Amino acid sequence: MSQQQTKNCITLRGSAQILCEYLNYAINSVLFQRGLYPPETFKAAQQYGITLLLSEDPQIKNFLTNLLTQSEEWILNKKVSKLSLVILNVANKEILECWDFNVQYEEGDVALSKEKNETVGSKDLKKIQQEIRDVMLQVAATISYLPFLDCRCSFDVLVHAKTDCDIPEKWAEAEPVAIVNAQNVQLKTFSTSLHKMETVVSYKLVD
Amino acid sequence: MAQFNYLNELNSLATIDGPITRGPLQRWIKKSNNENLNPSLSTSFKNISNINLSSCNQSMQKLSVSSNQSYNNVLSNNKTPPRNENKKGKKTPSKNKSPGRSTTPTPNKASKTPNKADRFIPSRSNSNFDLCHYMLSREDDKGEEIVAQTAASEAIGRALTDTEPGRLLQYTCKAPAAPEGYQNRLRVVYSQAKVPSTVKNTTRYIPQAPDRILDAPDILDDYYLNLVDWSASNILAVALGNSVYLWNAGTGQIEQLLTLEGSETVCSVAWVQGGGSHLAVGTSAATVELWDCEKIKRLRIMDGHTGRVGSLAWNLYVVSSGARDGNIVHHDVRQRDHAVASFAAHTQEICGLKWSPDGKYLASGGNDNLLNIWPVNQAQHYSQPQHLYSFNQHLAAVKGLAWCPWSAGILASGGGTADRTIRIWNVNTGSNVNTVDTKSQVCSIVWSTHYKELVSGHGYAHNQLVLWKYPALTRVAELSGHVARVLHLALSPDGTTVLSAGADETLRLWKCFMLDPSKKKEPTDTKAAKSLLNMNALIR
Repeated sequence: MSQQQTKNCITLRGSAQILCEYLNYAINSVLFQRGLYPPETFKAAQQYGITLLLSEDPQIKNFLTNLLTQSEEWILNKKVSKLSLVILNVANKEILECWDFNVQYEEGDVALSKEKNETVGSKDLKKIQQEIRDVMLQVAATISYLPFLDCRCSFDVLVHAKTDCDIPEKWAEAEPVAIVNAQNVQLKTFSTSLHKMETVVSYKLVD
Repeated sequence: MAQFNYLNELNSLATIDGPITRGPLQRWIKKSNNENLNPSLSTSFKNISNINLSSCNQSMQKLSVSSNQSYNNVLSNNKTPPRNENKKGKKTPSKNKSPGRSTTPTPNKASKTPNKADRFIPSRSNSNFDLCHYMLSREDDKGEEIVAQTAASEAIGRALTDTEPGRLLQYTCKAPAAPEGYQNRLRVVYSQAKVPSTVKNTTRYIPQAPDRILDAPDILDDYYLNLVDWSASNILAVALGNSVYLWNAGTGQIEQLLTLEGSETVCSVAWVQGGGSHLAVGTSAATVELWDCEKIKRLRIMDGHTGRVGSLAWNLYVVSSGARDGNIVHHDVRQRDHAVASFAAHTQEICGLKWSPDGKYLASGGNDNLLNIWPVNQAQHYSQPQHLYSFNQHLAAVKGLAWCPWSAGILASGGGTADRTIRIWNVNTGSNVNTVDTKSQVCSIVWSTHYKELVSGHGYAHNQLVLWKYPALTRVAELSGHVARVLHLALSPDGTTVLSAGADETLRLWKCFMLDPSKKKEPTDTKAAKSLLNMNALIR
């Protein structure tokens, strides 16, 4: 019994929370690092052992909170396969950049799950956070190769959900997006042992 | 294509026993189904059916880029009994999604068939004749052809409207766009446009051109290395590729100290304090070599790392080395067991390492964006596993590190491209005293010993050196001339000249801290007066 209690245990809900927390920081990081919004509207926060910047704009905060609380439910019910952060030109609605966050569902710790009668994982939280930090550092480093966004930009997040997923209030179906002459760069992945998160950035290649 | 030859052969062999039309798929058929069957499908359709040929072909080719799964489906339908057909047709495999964006249809890119052409000419390079032959000679049961046809068009229709099985949702209350008239501040990272700078005029004359330019062929353009050091005895050590050269700044003499064997390169150099002739050299072979530069002789090789040694710092008889593995090792060069302490300081490569002038603190900067301050107690044999401070305010690798020579506990640090700031720290209190956005990658920092100023070397866009007034951090002057980023800086022992090593393979000497002749006279005058007084005292 004592050994069991000391063993790390991540529930599905907890894992979904880790994912959504990551998404929040990752999306904010992209907004800051790509210079979409004025840097003075961001505030530094300490997370995963590094400094990350979060937008202070009430509308952006509101948008992300609503998006991520809903996404957390969906991830919990395995309804979501991918979230896409789309950066578009305000003037002509052209898609300039797309950050794909692919969610994969994993088994977790099968033995422990049987014992607990629910699906749980046993990965060390420190290890997960370290993996997330590595991804975050990569996100920050992308500005060295991504093209300059030389226009007023906006962003949107598209959720790739299962067909049997209900559409809640204030949500609508969206058109699929495509980038002309796209170049994909796959960043590091991290896993909570229940979910695996894969981050891919695709951008318009200009020669 | 060889596998299709093989399959054809297999097929002809199999006809001896007659075709197997019922029962589970044979493995080789499954395998052929998994191959890209687009061209073959279009040809087989062309031969068998005459319905809407060209349009079918066109849409097939359009789809050929986007989704292969639907074809796999079509083919499996072809084989499965009709009653399962609907169920199978709807169930697109959701688990083995094709990665990334490839599932999104890109019609513009894909349509290879010219719309206005009067006839259809198949592209021979796209047609896979071996496979086509195999598919034709397979003697498919013709009855299921029509079923396959409808299933195919169904799949095409579905693929055209939505390739993903499932829905694409968006939250309708959108986030706002960037405010009107806002300019992306990242312009400084990408453009050569002049950044408005507030250069404060000083009464001091600072020459805008370098005093001398030296060639540095094959100097490695690597942000994480420390390839230049200027000793107190006025000898400059420069690592170029796999060699280390010594340049006597007084006489202009050049000597080659060493050349590493094989493909190894020199990653860092550091002179012992106090004008000795000993030079520590960090290599890509994860070793630290100690050289006597008077005798041109290697004294010892010290190991202890698993990655290249990109930073070195001396504290009396101890040389500390930081490596790509994130470890710091303190080597006591007098002892046989040189490694007095070894500890994991960073999770990624260490690129900046400096001892404070009083030898109390070691500052280390790494690619994990951290700046750590290690207090060192010599009585404890340097074993100090816990850092005093770990500053994580930098948003990029911390390479430029310099301790203030006149004020104890003041440290300047500079971050890489994603950060672009210089921060001044007071390690006595652990506070960030001042921060300035330099609008460019900070590669190196050096404090002046004559003035309350510091100089920083920068990368894109202007590859300049900037002089900053301390503590206000206002720009005093900008020295440009390098055509690639300024990787390393070193201060001459007399404190008047700054040497900059650029990725453009030049070393430039800037006399930016020259002493004012009138000011210089003053101390000598007082000294003379003092000696006169002493003389008087002696006389009395």
